[in-house]
Amino acid sequence: MSIQVRFFASLAESVGRRETGCAHAPGMTVADVWRQVNGDAAPPAGTLCARNQNYCRFDDRVEDGDEVAFFPRVTGG
Amino acid sequence: MIKVASEPFDPLFALRAHEERLGARLRGAGAQAMFVGSMRDFNEGEAVEAMVLEHYPGMTEKALAEIDAEAGKRWPLEASLIIHRHGRLLPGDAIVLVITASAHRQAAFEACSFLMDWLKTKAPFWKLEESAGKTRWVEAKDDDDAAARRWDRRQH
Repeated sequence: MSIQVRFFASLAESVGRRETGCAHAPGMTVADVWRQVNGDAAPPAGTLCARNQNYCRFDDRVEDGDEVAFFPRVTGG
Repeated sequence: MIKVASEPFDPLFALRAHEERLGARLRGAGAQAMFVGSMRDFNEGEAVEAMVLEHYPGMTEKALAEIDAEAGKRWPLEASLIIHRHGRLLPGDAIVLVITASAHRQAAFEACSFLMDWLKTKAPFWKLEESAGKTRWVEAKDDDDAAARRWDRRQH
């Protein structure tokens, strides 16, 4: 098992991919997932995150098998 | 009811289908409020030829259902309908339809406004405008955040 990572919209363009994954480690947070797949580059200001399709915070813990998504502020409607 | 649609839809046809589905339930709801948001051919000083609406399959439907459920908790609604496009749209195409039905108009109007304010700030969609061979991601507006915040409950 591992963490499935997804990016959307302009953020997917700037990180250069829509999907990737990383290994889970004990105590891992959403912020750690970002660092695992994007290195030291901080997320752009205003970046939102979701864990298993629910909005979450960057300091939330993730569990093995989670889907974590990162995306810009939404613009629907 | 929530629908995320990949194809163009006609808001008035959707209203009629919605009323037929509800049947007798609508007889108790004397008030319906309806909002249609359509794609404009102009934005921030530039002509826009087309728009692509990206979404997060799964989370988008979940978020809309939660927003809809919240409206149902706050107002006495007989029914509500949200239809939102994704995919490629042309100027004039309907992007979003919100219909609320209640016994009286205040609840119908307020819930309709609430649903729009919340979906604009919480539903995972992102607009990509196409004009003159270029594409541009639409930026989120602080006004929309302010509009959503006016529905925040005061803490006592």
